Amino acid sequence: MSLPAARPIRLRVNGETVEGQVEPRLTLADFLREHLRLTGTHLGCEHGVCGACTVLVDGRSVRGCLMLALQADGAEVVTIEGIAARCPVRGEAVARGEATLSILQESFRDHHALQCGFCTPGMVATAHALLAENPAPSAEEVRLGISGNLCRCTGYVPIVEAILDAAQRLREGA
Amino acid sequence: MSDPRAQARPDPTRPAIGQPLARVEDERFLTGAARFVDDWVLPDLLHAVVVRSPHASGRLRSLETSQARAMPGVVAVYAWADIAACARTIPVRLAPLPGFDRFLQAPLAQDCVRYVGEPVAMVVATSRALAEDAAERVEVDIDPGPVVASLADALAARASVHEAGTDNVASRYTVSRGDPASAFAAAAYRRRETFRCHRQTALPLETRGLVARHDPVAGRLQVWGASKVTFFNRRWLAAALDMPESSVELIELDVGGSFGVRGELYPEDFLVPFAARQLGRPVKWIEDRREHLIATNHSREIECELEIACTAQGEVLGLRGRVLGDLGAYVRTNGGVVPAKAAQFLPGPYRIPNCEFEVVALLTHRTPVGTYRGPGRYEANFFRERLLDLAARDLGIDPVELRRRNLIGPDEMPFDCGVLCPYEPATQYDTGDYPMALERALDAVGGGRALPAPGRDERGRLTAFGVACFVESSGAGPAENARLRVLPDGRIEVGTGCSTMGQGHETVLAQIASDAMGLPVDRFVVHHGSTTLVEHGYGTYHSRAVVVGGSAVDLAARKLVARCAALLAQRSGLEPSMVDCREGRFMHRTGGAVLGTFAQLGAEAAAGDAEAIAATQVEDRFEVRKRTYTYGTHVAEVAVDPETAEVEVLRHLAVEDIGRAVNPLLVHGQAIGAAVQGLSAAFLDELVYDAAGQLLTGTLADYRVATADGFPRVEAITLEEHRSPHNPLGVKGAGEGGIVATAAAVANAVATALAPLGVTLTELPLSPERLARALRAARASPPPPA
Repeated sequence: MSLPAARPIRLRVNGETVEGQVEPRLTLADFLREHLRLTGTHLGCEHGVCGACTVLVDGRSVRGCLMLALQADGAEVVTIEGIAARCPVRGEAVARGEATLSILQESFRDHHALQCGFCTPGMVATAHALLAENPAPSAEEVRLGISGNLCRCTGYVPIVEAILDAAQRLREGA
Repeated sequence: MSDPRAQARPDPTRPAIGQPLARVEDERFLTGAARFVDDWVLPDLLHAVVVRSPHASGRLRSLETSQARAMPGVVAVYAWADIAACARTIPVRLAPLPGFDRFLQAPLAQDCVRYVGEPVAMVVATSRALAEDAAERVEVDIDPGPVVASLADALAARASVHEAGTDNVASRYTVSRGDPASAFAAAAYRRRETFRCHRQTALPLETRGLVARHDPVAGRLQVWGASKVTFFNRRWLAAALDMPESSVELIELDVGGSFGVRGELYPEDFLVPFAARQLGRPVKWIEDRREHLIATNHSREIECELEIACTAQGEVLGLRGRVLGDLGAYVRTNGGVVPAKAAQFLPGPYRIPNCEFEVVALLTHRTPVGTYRGPGRYEANFFRERLLDLAARDLGIDPVELRRRNLIGPDEMPFDCGVLCPYEPATQYDTGDYPMALERALDAVGGGRALPAPGRDERGRLTAFGVACFVESSGAGPAENARLRVLPDGRIEVGTGCSTMGQGHETVLAQIASDAMGLPVDRFVVHHGSTTLVEHGYGTYHSRAVVVGGSAVDLAARKLVARCAALLAQRSGLEPSMVDCREGRFMHRTGGAVLGTFAQLGAEAAAGDAEAIAATQVEDRFEVRKRTYTYGTHVAEVAVDPETAEVEVLRHLAVEDIGRAVNPLLVHGQAIGAAVQGLSAAFLDELVYDAAGQLLTGTLADYRVATADGFPRVEAITLEEHRSPHNPLGVKGAGEGGIVATAAAVANAVATALAPLGVTLTELPLSPERLARALRAARASPPPPA
């Protein structure tokens, strides 16, 4: 058995242009993790249920395990490693040179919305896409919006609070 | 109730213990900088894939690997014959009941397979994809045998999981206290029911994984991806590979959850290091999710026949019964813990003077069983609390009042439990006011002296409350070590033998050390998860990291301060008692000049000063003499649609007294997370097997766990009323009380809601399918008029 030849792709990842030679069967998640060493994108099931591998592709949340790297050719991809630089941060944090976390990421910390941290990158990516689409979601909308991302540690309650609180802070231009 | 917010910075005017500090761990997880085992890459890395039995039972006729070996990128294929020379069976680490040594598992199947998922071979190739391609070409020829697919099959013993013609009983024993025979003979009221809890698994979001590297020149083996009981696993692995223990290092990276199942010694924990040594190249194995569901420990499947004896006034005189526990196909590291703890915790927080429990540990052709958060307790609480509600109904006593009459009071502490676990000494509940926790829960739901009455909501759904009380052990031994070292810049390095799977121990142990040394929290750097950090370590299980690991840190930190003070006193010609340490500076008790600082002594030690080294590098050990016991009450409120059998949990409240919360934010997170995990298991998570022993729930689409929209109204109240006298901090565990009474409370609520329809609820899960069946059965045979 011989495998189909690798093919070239060119895309933007976290603002940088990236080129690669990929086997047709390579997933976007494996491309990010193995070719680019962006290991913040996690694989929890590799069959599209757990949401740990969620990344932003052209601004929408996408499961990295269900998309082939080839399909991302020409796309704009943002992973957890690039989210803080592309999303609002607190003015005072910028002033102090501490702008490593976006307001949403800070809110996760403030609400203890992560324990083991394995679901966190996917959860944050999903929440960023959710808030971009709906800046003033209800609690119910947040719960439904992240219902495709599994978390086994927190019980989701603090994650929902973190997202609602971040939404409010973003609306207030915090 | 609004949940606590993290405090960004410690308040220096108050003790660090008790402050809800944000975690030092969080930033790396939030930015993708954390390092989980699959993120760990070494040069020249090979990838392993395990070939597993597709049959639940059978004789291994042949294993043809030549085609696989010829596949691109394949470096090796291992079968039993390749490892036979040094392979040992997986050891029983806990609860070694008599007879278990007949049912141990080798890392690869030898002649027979006994569950779907049992490892039969391992393929190693230059990439995971190529290893998976080759694994498909390994031809496993199995002559299928009869299958013991359930507890009922095991008891019937028409087929044997191990030696032909033997029953499937791995071990059997009876424990008792008081005089149950007389108590039952004399009791005014008795009721016997059979309860069932279903097979589940903990399902951490990160699957298991390992990376092993052997350096033949240094004679050194390193294994990344370790967790839970790294020191025990190192000892076994070193012996299996005939290496000195000190030449083997087990290293924990960031760990994506465990809840009991991760970090036990599994077949792969031998196979991957073995391959790395054989091949002279590092080897990585990452479990995939389908594999996880058949290869990682299952838990919780217990059938319990339970009988209660009461006076007419509801005083519980006795409890007796039989616990049938499923161990799966082999006895693995956790031995008989699950059924043994289920039996031990049947009396729970009640005084019940007369008890007798038979425990039968059974084998079936299914994935082996291990511990899952609150092992045995989750099940036992469901059995007992359900029976208490049935008894209350029969006796015409309010269920809360029945509990109130039997809960152990503060004046009965410490409470002697006798020997209800055959491999442990007599136990005692240490401290607590069990009725108080019940009242606190009632107050919080506005119930007054009783639970609010059942009713119907505007959608016609039946609504009801349910209550469950529990006691939960924590702080298991034998001991834990901590090592502290003063760095030249005055910061303090803390090493612990405990491991961490996401709880936040880096933050919590720093808080404990901070108070012990009078230094700010940010002066501490906590290291965990390597077998090189302390002389002896034990790990993280049984809610022990803060109780035992934290106590070791406290002792070591105080010893460090005392040694530094003694050295500086000696240099100044003072009595050691005359030297005080204030915020890292040592001075005469009455004030005056600074005699020295941690930074100064750390610098002297770094420069090689022997006295300074002895003073600034300290290891201490906390030995557990007795366990600590938390306790509490859960209350659930549900609405059940009598047409669709759909249940909505309107509210779930977990109240637990843990003595003292080191970090209330993290404690609250444990409680809420555990409660949702427990509710998820009560309604959704179920490992379903067919009669051929095939797992039918092999993906996350089939094995369902709670999502964010499932149980949004979960609350927790942490009490700090009764500290433990058994450790210097006064703490009790905080990881498991949130889960152990969830199924019990919510099942009581659902049962109360459905009682008017004639449904008697004795089985988990409370899935719509099962409830609908119970409703249909009740409609088919209406209860006799009262």
